[in-house]
Amino acid sequence: MNDAIGIILQTLLLLALAPLLTGCIRNWKAKLQNRRGARVWQPFLDLAKFLRKDMVISEHASWIFHAMPFVLFISTLLAGLMVPMVIASAPLSLFGGALALVGLLALGRFFLALGGLDTASAFGGMGSSREMTIAAVAEPALMLAIFTVAITADRSTNLSQMVLAAQGPTWKLLNPAHVLAFAALFIVLLAETGRIPVDNPATHLELTMIHEAMILEYSGRYLALIEWSASVKQLILMALLVNIFFPVGIATDLSAQSIGLSLLWFVAKLLALSGAVVLVETTNAKLRLFRVPDLLSAAFILATLALLSTFLFQ
Amino acid sequence: MELLSSTQLLQIALCVYGAGVVGSLLSLRYERMANLVGFGCATMAALAGIGAAITALIAGSGEGRGAFELWPSLVPYLRLTVKLDPLGAFFVLIVSVLGLAVSVYSFGYVRGFYGRKSVGVLAAFHNALLMATTLVFTASNAFFFLIAWEIMALTAYCLISFEHEKAETRNAGVLFFIMSHIGTGCLILGFLLLFQAAGGHSPGDYAFDGFHLLGELMSPGRRDAAFLLFLFGFGVKAGIVPLHIWLPEAHPVAPSNASALLSGVLIKTGIYGLTRVLFDFMGTPPNWWGVTVLTIGTISAVLGVLYALMEHDLKRLLAYHSIENIGIILMGLGASLMFLHTNHPVLAALALIAGLYHTINHAIFKALLFLGAGAILHATHTRNMEEMGGLIKRMPKTAFFFLIGAVAISALPPLNGFVSEWLTYQSLLQGFGTTGSLVRLMFPLSGAMLALTGALAAACFVKAFGITFLAQPRSEHAAKAHEAAPTMVLGMGLLAAACFFLGLFPTLFLKLLNPVTQQLLGQPLPAYLSQADGWVLGTTQELGGTVSTLAIALMGICLLPIPLVLWFLFGRRAKTVIGPTWDCGLRGLTPNMEYTATGFSKPIRMIFKALFRPRREVQREYDYSPYFAKTLRFESHIEEAFVTQLYRPLNRGILRVSRRMRGLQAGSIQAYLIYIFITLLLLLLFAL
Repeated sequence: MNDAIGIILQTLLLLALAPLLTGCIRNWKAKLQNRRGARVWQPFLDLAKFLRKDMVISEHASWIFHAMPFVLFISTLLAGLMVPMVIASAPLSLFGGALALVGLLALGRFFLALGGLDTASAFGGMGSSREMTIAAVAEPALMLAIFTVAITADRSTNLSQMVLAAQGPTWKLLNPAHVLAFAALFIVLLAETGRIPVDNPATHLELTMIHEAMILEYSGRYLALIEWSASVKQLILMALLVNIFFPVGIATDLSAQSIGLSLLWFVAKLLALSGAVVLVETTNAKLRLFRVPDLLSAAFILATLALLSTFLFQ
Repeated sequence: MELLSSTQLLQIALCVYGAGVVGSLLSLRYERMANLVGFGCATMAALAGIGAAITALIAGSGEGRGAFELWPSLVPYLRLTVKLDPLGAFFVLIVSVLGLAVSVYSFGYVRGFYGRKSVGVLAAFHNALLMATTLVFTASNAFFFLIAWEIMALTAYCLISFEHEKAETRNAGVLFFIMSHIGTGCLILGFLLLFQAAGGHSPGDYAFDGFHLLGELMSPGRRDAAFLLFLFGFGVKAGIVPLHIWLPEAHPVAPSNASALLSGVLIKTGIYGLTRVLFDFMGTPPNWWGVTVLTIGTISAVLGVLYALMEHDLKRLLAYHSIENIGIILMGLGASLMFLHTNHPVLAALALIAGLYHTINHAIFKALLFLGAGAILHATHTRNMEEMGGLIKRMPKTAFFFLIGAVAISALPPLNGFVSEWLTYQSLLQGFGTTGSLVRLMFPLSGAMLALTGALAAACFVKAFGITFLAQPRSEHAAKAHEAAPTMVLGMGLLAAACFFLGLFPTLFLKLLNPVTQQLLGQPLPAYLSQADGWVLGTTQELGGTVSTLAIALMGICLLPIPLVLWFLFGRRAKTVIGPTWDCGLRGLTPNMEYTATGFSKPIRMIFKALFRPRREVQREYDYSPYFAKTLRFESHIEEAFVTQLYRPLNRGILRVSRRMRGLQAGSIQAYLIYIFITLLLLLLFAL
């Protein structure tokens, strides 16, 4: 019974918090650019608008086009249920850890890219090609960083175990392995969520867009699902970063007090990380597509150093 | 309860395969009859083979180990003894499952050959290949193993060269033939070393039972020599880098049902041989064996998928993916050898089942993809992806099954590829703690390369599926494509169902591997492998990683109402309109504007250009300015570095030496007599 409640609550948390986080990042970015910016809950209004609108579907689209938003939405939510957010044990932590999380996000990406190719538009194909390329280059850094953290967590890929191990008697933030792995994962976060040095979430200029190019043909309800999944994916990756590397305040018991406190901590940590993302986005220019692999190989090297330091400094 | 023992079922299977060979050769003139008899027999025999393998695996090492003589021996030293032990039974299961699906598929597929090619011959070789492969997996002495091995290689050669009218096919066949025989030569030498160590006198010294843990008794030098010989010999068949060059040539030119068997089963015989020799015969390995196998596996996986991405010939693309997956299998086996060296038998069992599980998974999804490619080839008469497109509307069932294969091979949950790669990741992760030396860095780095491989494979199958099946047809042929025949769809459906079964119920299936680890490592399956009544797949430690594909799939279905509820709440009045794709205000989209397969993989070609060294040629014809070209010709070409840097110089060298040697063989009898005389003298001196 507890499990079912946990699953429902975490699903609601994912669905509610993700658009707010997106809105918050947009608002802060605007502030840094001397604009007032839209309100924080604007993404919710956008989602409601998309859900109400008519859909225009391409005449070339097949059932893949229709299936894609569902596969993406559900695989992203499933991945989200594996990440410890407010309570150290995630609802689905027994059913999958870091590797299943990576796999589920990859499943969503696989269908996203197919959806881009389905409408016979050159933009969609271009977006799919670039998205899959960047994901491929980001993957080794991501996996190596996960391996490093797992090694410090007694070789367990269970995310809750990782959080508990990090929370343990000595806080491991000052462990060089964790610092370097955090840096690597931060770069991967920028790449995976389509943030500025890699992709510009605000652009619709044909030649530079990646994520937006794939979903160019989507509208209405399908677009709502896709946008929502993108926010949830961002929340998942950010939650992963803050909870594994800064495991302060995560509730380990089910008392109302510790859960409330944990929620506050969680939001505060997310806001701090969003601040970092906003700063990076505002102070950097978008990289040329063929410069992106350089950035991601830097992430890979950071992760390798993190791995080396696991036994150099022990 | 059992009606027939595994031995009896195996005998039935072998006899029915034999009947299939004879039957289809007898009905050569009557195509329909040959089709029915040949592939009918193969279907029956494969069913019996599945039965034999499963009963043998369930019975474990106790019952069902009865050896029998296939044929009374006429030659001294040669005993045609067949025995179904757990390792052999596991591989017989693979060949039989594939045999079943491919035979059912073939009923429809070979109709395309009616009036053109002899269906009877194809059916006969199909049966012969299945029989020979079953014998390779069950032969219980080295002599008979090598005979079955050669029969298998020869039938495979005949299947590859089936459409021998084309020069491309003949060249590929010859290349396979040469590579295969270099490999066999190494195997013969390797087995001779083992034979010598076993005593080397009586016929019994050839038996596999006598080879068990024999490596422990050999001197280190001989043992290492035997390891290298077997690695080379079996590696050629498995298609490891850099011995893989025959694979992308030979697999595409064979008829597609044969390609499925070649990629699904034939290369697995190399894995079987390596597992048999390294785990059964050689005893505790030195460290560098495991390191070598793991390194070769990692390199094969990454290079295989990178070259696959550059292909736009659908079947060549699949062939390169076989190299990649063999690499992943070898990563599991290599890690297992390293754990054996450091004396961690439980981890060795985990890594071994990771490799073996990936072996059956790869067999199934690769055969599925090849059968899909065959259906496409049948419908569009081309293997070039740039001429396909839009096939999902014309061949919906084929598209659906191909998609399942694509998801499975990209290691995406909840299908089978994900489960075996998950096990491989876990064993690599656990490996980090097994040794204090720097060698342990290899495990996480291999894991990172496996991640790169997985992500590139996903990119490659987005390309393969997207360009082939989605968007608008790019050619006349693709526009006129038709759905495959019902038996072809059924054959693909069987394999797709197997992908789901192996993906969703891994703990159920892995029980069958318990006798295999018992036999090879003396070790049952790791205790925490199956948790929560078999719902959850775990590893070797209590608090280690866990995964449950079944729970993920069920949970996904439970989450499905969320978007539907949202739609009901908000979008009740929203309508759906069908409209044209956005074309930037031009006069409509044409297939020429679609993204091509070459274009899709361009970013990856650019990133890895140091490896690919792409050659491109652009010719513009223009009147006054190069920006207003009248005609434009673009050519882009990639040649494998191994072919240009290794094999071509080697080839030239061999030819040069043979040209020099020609003088020796001038046709004069006197000279030959002198050669014989000198040889005799040398031999006499040597004997003294």
